[in-house]
Amino acid sequence: MTMNTQGRPTDAGSAGTSSTDTFTGNRGLQIEEALLFEVGRHDVTGVDLDEPVAFAPRLGKLARTSAIDLPGLSEPEAMRHYVRLSQKNYAIDSGLYPLGSCTMKHNPRLNEKVARLGGFGDIHPLQPLSTVSGAVELMAELGRWLIEMTGMTSVALSPKAGAHGELCGMMAIKAAIAARGEARDIVLVPESAHGTNPATAALIGFKVVTVPARPDGTVDPAAVKALLSPQVAAIMLTNPNTCGLFERDVVEIAAAIHAAGAYFYCDGANFNAIVGKAKVGELGVDAMHINLHKTFSTPHGGGGPGAGPVVFSERLAAFAPLPFVRIDADGPVLVEDEAALKSGEQPFGRMVAFHGQMGMFVRAVSYMLSHGADGLQQASEDAVLNANYVRAGLRDVMSQPSGDRTCMHEVLFDDHFLDGTGVTTLDFAKAMIDEGYHPMTMYFPLVVHGAMLIEPTESESKASLDLFIATLRHLVMRAKAGDVERFREAPRFAPRRRLDETRAARAPKLKWERPQPLSEAAE
Amino acid sequence: MRYLPHSEADRAAMLATIGVGSIDDLFSDIPANLRVHGLDLPHAAGELSVERTLGRLAAKNVPASTVPFFVGAGAYKHHVPATVDHLIQRSEFLTSYTPYQPEITQGTLQYLFEFQTQVAHLTGMEVANASMYDGSTATAEAVLMAHRVTRRKKAVLSGGLHPHYRAVVETTSAMASDLVEALPADPDAAEDILARIDAETSCVVVQSPSFYGHLIDLAPIAARAHEVGALLIAVVTEVVSLGLVESPGAQGADIVVGEGQSIGNALSFGGPYVGLFAARAKHVRQMPGRLCGETVDAEGRRGFVLTLSTREQHIRRDKATSNICTNSGLCALAFTIHMTLLGEAGLTRLARINHANAVKLAESLGELPGVTLLNDSFFNEFTLRLPDDAASVVEALAAKGILGGVPVSRLEPGNAALANLLLVASTEMNTDEDRAAFVAALKEVLA
Repeated sequence: MTMNTQGRPTDAGSAGTSSTDTFTGNRGLQIEEALLFEVGRHDVTGVDLDEPVAFAPRLGKLARTSAIDLPGLSEPEAMRHYVRLSQKNYAIDSGLYPLGSCTMKHNPRLNEKVARLGGFGDIHPLQPLSTVSGAVELMAELGRWLIEMTGMTSVALSPKAGAHGELCGMMAIKAAIAARGEARDIVLVPESAHGTNPATAALIGFKVVTVPARPDGTVDPAAVKALLSPQVAAIMLTNPNTCGLFERDVVEIAAAIHAAGAYFYCDGANFNAIVGKAKVGELGVDAMHINLHKTFSTPHGGGGPGAGPVVFSERLAAFAPLPFVRIDADGPVLVEDEAALKSGEQPFGRMVAFHGQMGMFVRAVSYMLSHGADGLQQASEDAVLNANYVRAGLRDVMSQPSGDRTCMHEVLFDDHFLDGTGVTTLDFAKAMIDEGYHPMTMYFPLVVHGAMLIEPTESESKASLDLFIATLRHLVMRAKAGDVERFREAPRFAPRRRLDETRAARAPKLKWERPQPLSEAAE
Repeated sequence: MRYLPHSEADRAAMLATIGVGSIDDLFSDIPANLRVHGLDLPHAAGELSVERTLGRLAAKNVPASTVPFFVGAGAYKHHVPATVDHLIQRSEFLTSYTPYQPEITQGTLQYLFEFQTQVAHLTGMEVANASMYDGSTATAEAVLMAHRVTRRKKAVLSGGLHPHYRAVVETTSAMASDLVEALPADPDAAEDILARIDAETSCVVVQSPSFYGHLIDLAPIAARAHEVGALLIAVVTEVVSLGLVESPGAQGADIVVGEGQSIGNALSFGGPYVGLFAARAKHVRQMPGRLCGETVDAEGRRGFVLTLSTREQHIRRDKATSNICTNSGLCALAFTIHMTLLGEAGLTRLARINHANAVKLAESLGELPGVTLLNDSFFNEFTLRLPDDAASVVEALAAKGILGGVPVSRLEPGNAALANLLLVASTEMNTDEDRAAFVAALKEVLA
């Protein structure tokens, strides 16, 4: 029997014989796709270019001497390769994507269209500033909206994602402390925080001290006060927090932090719950990043690109990194280097080449202009309404770690309701895949056993939520009825069954390797 | 509001199901005195209106495609096949997220695996990750990784490193209390970096082609670094060069970082771009960022997952190799589609066209009175010494409708020795007419 490179049969009669086996390995519209390196050829290209006329190269002695090993595909082959790959993905556009803390809302295509206007998509970051005044105006406009929505003083637009924004905020705090002639080295991080928070603090030399959570996952001001000392530089607090609750003592916590001479960093991952409802500047926050790919709907893109602008309070405003947009009397100015600083401006340095994620800025401004003040507030209200509607629809059959209480834009369940069923959070999530849903965030936050964090976002209709709720209720019923196989075997209908992650990590295979000829492999 | 599905009747019914009287009841945890009642921002706008507003702003800018365009310095204008932009806008790619559930994100995972393989092959390295934010942040992460591998804290930066990259490394290092020895700007590729490498050195960071366009022989630098137990970090800001220039891996680099924008990605005023990050396999557990690996599913079929995540922040928290989470997935997809369309035959030809165009342009510009070409070797970008201040010359060229390069002073302000230097890039976008117009305009401006 001849096997092709994917281990599938290529000779008639060689396929398996069970009722679900097919000759090709395809299952109707689920079409298997080989790796590029198995189907591409080195002499095939999908780009027609004219060979240059003869010239004398100027590569010195550094001309490439060996082949690169990059197979190519013609245009129709490439189209089919990537379309088939795309069909193995779940996406917001295909269904409810309730990934808690990720804000998987609708991505308007208008935003894609305007980001591709030549005047935005086809301008170079270093062409003369006289030829990009509209781009600088757009950055100023984004800054104006972010500052008004948060009640803060200044904004750094350049950070490239949420974690990069955290780094920007914590660098500003470090610079501010140094400017005071102090050397504080402790950062307080609640145990419910995203992993990026402690990772960010540690990256620039802070020691992380964990703040224990109350049983409901919120932060107790008394616990914070007990940890304060002249060594504490900052607290990194997520609000609304990762349990889906607004930190109701946030003002008291901020006051205690400030009284101790420290700063309040707010992780803005969950900003979507409070736009137009509360201004973080009025809560005592000194710095907060805003994930444009969450709250302001720039596409998640399979894992980025994001954008993480940081808003600063008056206490930190002066330390915003280069570059930044200053609003002068005759309009916005892009300040790129120290030579252009005015007195009082003390940027802590530079976080990126060029000016930040312009493509994301355009999309976010398009989203903001479309919604307006009224639409932004309505979106937050609907996001919170939808999460509470899911809570109301499931509260009698699933378990919440601190009892049934109002949540913000995401609702947190634990695995208590699965006790004795033999079904785990992971099994439950995988069974959702068979029902056509992307699972919720699992096992996060870490403070809750078997956590399931559901964020439906404002993009879901009531009918969509009703079906989602009914589906989860059905799965709970099946789990309690002892239908364990359904869960342990799940997913059964996805392009792949459960994948062996242990095997992937034990002997990492991180790139394609040319198979050895059989004669060599046998030796 | 066109993006919000609920009718008022829906909202009322949902509030009733929840068991509250009004939407405000759901926000009761926000202290009443801190609740906002209206933002000082415009009202919602329809699609037509938003398009007009943003169209007016866009119209104030000069797109690269509309003029003879020679601007580079770390971001390059290349032609992107229509197929690329079509495919990356497919819903299943555009509106998916990090492949946390591999059974329903094999599309993303397989293209990341293919991307990692392409990057490893291009750079001549053993492993590559699933992307970083951009070239500059990848460079700063590479320095941190070198510190972890060598357990030393001093980075030596070549004077040929892009000044923004240098600033990003310096900022990160200063915050982390690591040491940086940045050599002075090196427009003539004359620095003696070997003399700066000693037993304290964790890594040497060298860009080739350098910021000034010179091709740098990395082999002797790698040899010297390895003698003292340091790593060579090679930086590539124009990835098309790897079609024609010896790979950093073949020259002994331990980590290769780069800016992948040139392949598949728009200029977009500086972002989003895609950082490339490749290394030797023995250092893989010290790498930052996501890694996609091959495995099998419960039926024994090949599949892909994110792996070695015990390096990452969501598992290791303050002990992680980096804080990076969301990276540059869709830009990596654009890169890998464009690279697949090119293939080896297309990439090497694209590189030859770029080099040929730059050689022709350098020869013509170098013949102008008072203009000196500083490069013996270059790929698609080179440095000219002009008889006048380069920033003024660039403004004068722009007034004539030509975007004629980047004055070095834009990135190295306040250094009088660099004030007359102009970086000029030429890609496949430039026609014979573009070049002729540039040469004629520069001649006039300098006259």
